Amino acid sequence: MLCQCKQTSSSGLSEGPAVDLSQVSDLLTTFNPETSNLITLLQEVQKVYGYLPEEVLSEISAVTKIKEAKIYGVATFYSQFRLKPIGKNLVMLCQGTACHVNGSAKIERALQESLQVNEGDITPDGLFTYINVACLGCCSLAPVMMINDQTYANLTSADVFKIVEEIRAQEVEKKAI
Amino acid sequence: MRFVVGSGSCGIAAGADRVHALLDQEIKHNKLEGTLEITGCIGTCYLEPILEVYSDKNMKRFTKVTEESLKEIISEAKEGTLFNEESSEDSVESQLVQQNRIVLRNCGVINPESIDDYIKLGGYEAIEKCLRERSPKQIIEEIKVSGLRGRGGAGFPTWFKWNAALQSPGDIKYMVCNADEGDPGAFMDRSVLEGDPHSLIEGMMIAGYAIGAKKGIVYVRAEYPLAIVRLEKAIEQAKSQNILGKDIFGLKGIDFDLSIKTGAGAFVCGEETALIASLEGERGMPRLKPPFPAQKGYFDYPTNINNVETLANVPWILNKGGQAFADLGTERSNGTKVFALTGKVKNGGLVEIPMGMSLENVIFGVGGGIVGDKEFKAVQLGGPSGGCIPKELLHTPVEYESINQTGAIVGSGGMVVMDENTCMVEMARFFLDFTCKESCGKCTYCRIGTRRMLEILERITDGQGKPEDIPLLEELSYKIKEGAMCGLGQTAPNPVLTTLKYFRHEYEEHINDKKCQAGTCHNLISYHILADKCIGCTVCSKVCPTNAITGERKAAHVIDQDACIKCGQCFEKCNFNAIEKS
Repeated sequence: MLCQCKQTSSSGLSEGPAVDLSQVSDLLTTFNPETSNLITLLQEVQKVYGYLPEEVLSEISAVTKIKEAKIYGVATFYSQFRLKPIGKNLVMLCQGTACHVNGSAKIERALQESLQVNEGDITPDGLFTYINVACLGCCSLAPVMMINDQTYANLTSADVFKIVEEIRAQEVEKKAI
Repeated sequence: MRFVVGSGSCGIAAGADRVHALLDQEIKHNKLEGTLEITGCIGTCYLEPILEVYSDKNMKRFTKVTEESLKEIISEAKEGTLFNEESSEDSVESQLVQQNRIVLRNCGVINPESIDDYIKLGGYEAIEKCLRERSPKQIIEEIKVSGLRGRGGAGFPTWFKWNAALQSPGDIKYMVCNADEGDPGAFMDRSVLEGDPHSLIEGMMIAGYAIGAKKGIVYVRAEYPLAIVRLEKAIEQAKSQNILGKDIFGLKGIDFDLSIKTGAGAFVCGEETALIASLEGERGMPRLKPPFPAQKGYFDYPTNINNVETLANVPWILNKGGQAFADLGTERSNGTKVFALTGKVKNGGLVEIPMGMSLENVIFGVGGGIVGDKEFKAVQLGGPSGGCIPKELLHTPVEYESINQTGAIVGSGGMVVMDENTCMVEMARFFLDFTCKESCGKCTYCRIGTRRMLEILERITDGQGKPEDIPLLEELSYKIKEGAMCGLGQTAPNPVLTTLKYFRHEYEEHINDKKCQAGTCHNLISYHILADKCIGCTVCSKVCPTNAITGERKAAHVIDQDACIKCGQCFEKCNFNAIEKS
């Protein structure tokens, strides 16, 4: 029997919005396995979409002749790769040892409370996704989180509520303009 | 005047970017005379953001700079009165004098984005001398004399690896730098990459020449974006000065190319063979050794892999001689080691000390002791592969063999200090959660064994532990150690074994008395309001996210235990010590 995973949606991959494949066509056609590799390619694709859409993984396979199973294997092995779309602002909460000792669990509860989502999910307004990450390397300023490229240090629960509110307000302002 | 802002990742997190932007604006638009530069992390992260101001003769250092204090500095600089007063005690300096900086010699001193700064301090002299005057064998001999051991965790003699790669037949060889600093709680490699990238490049070039490799690859974690940017810049600069590339230093036929590969997040890729698989674009799973990477590595070519800190030592050793390095440290652990001092310690940051200093001197001397002068409980060394060392063993000298005897390992140098409020069972659960997630899945004992251990530890911290759980944990620990192929699995039980060895009573309390002395295990604690102390200020009820606290204004409040989620916010906010954790 042939593989049925494409017919049912049980592949574990998301059913995100329709994906524009042309955004990565240059990336795929110029891919050279001699000088680059699959991980680098997936990193570049994720830069474009914010995640790795299922259609694109199939397209990579079709163009590079790397088996889909192998691509899926690599994409699910490394924590950097995401198979689901993310919110506009990506919150990365450090779960390193120093942050743990200094109360990152409390910070996570505050994040869940203020965003009302679980790890990896998008908030209903599409503004946030939070994920737990391994050490961000700012251990002396623990607990730490990073939103987009900015690092917030020496956090308290109250800080988290304030920071999230500020970003929400900024987004509302942007919309108004 | 010259303004220098400490701009490592931690400095930036503490607000160095704002300091830099404000100074930039003042210089450009508001007639502040001077130049503005950046430098890497000097290691005293607890004092960030740090600003240094240089005049012709003087230097003044400002710590924990805020917008207000910066405005004052700027106005004094404009008036020319900045250097009138003698500066009070320089806490950065008093921290540095207790150290012995080889790896961090340039961090926080030079501008990491300027190759000229590096060259001015003798940079690239060692490699040029090696290329012109020394044979690969002589270089390896010098490293052997120095006694340098791998700083990534295993402590394997560096010369031995280099020699094996040199002896390996073949024209094409690779020199790889492991900058996949995955150990949570360690950040010395990031600091070197961000603060002194050229010393890593020079170290790689020397190693490359010693083993006969013309190509080098640096495998960097994706979580370190700034380190990648600075290293890219440094490589470009070195290329433009003919230090990297073809016929380097004008020497015909001597080539060395360097490229960067960004990791994608997998702790196991710190293991050499897994790292190689990842470099090749595969899942980062370790394979059996032999063949060792020195025989068959990157795409089956002989490959040598060293960690960032190891390589940053190399130019210094070649400049000063192996003996100078061997004179530092202890008999079997030579030189210095960088430690990331974090957790409940006052002076958190990076410290570089000679091997052999006692743990007590590191934590209470250089580290300044415990935050809030609380009781020291344990120090965790070596991350998820290491262990927790108790108070009774604080006299232990920090060197490979002595630390191994305690059950912990020196590892990459993460030193997380814990006080009386840290639960050791919970700590063990935290590390097992980490290794369980990071196990690549190849070996059954590691894949399933760590999962079972985690489940037991979760049970104990949830208050559901059974007396037979302790021997079961021990049995599993030894089986995993024996049954796993790579270092990750072989060391994964260490956090459990060391906490069982030194803090067994905490496990027993959790299991038998359903108690968590440290007050961190959720299901074993509860919050109560002491009616005689509560004045009814309502602060706690306002902060409670589940509205579990009720009461009239100016009357004692009550916590509804069913609604309480034990977030502890009321406990933190109460100004009258009226909330008790039990």
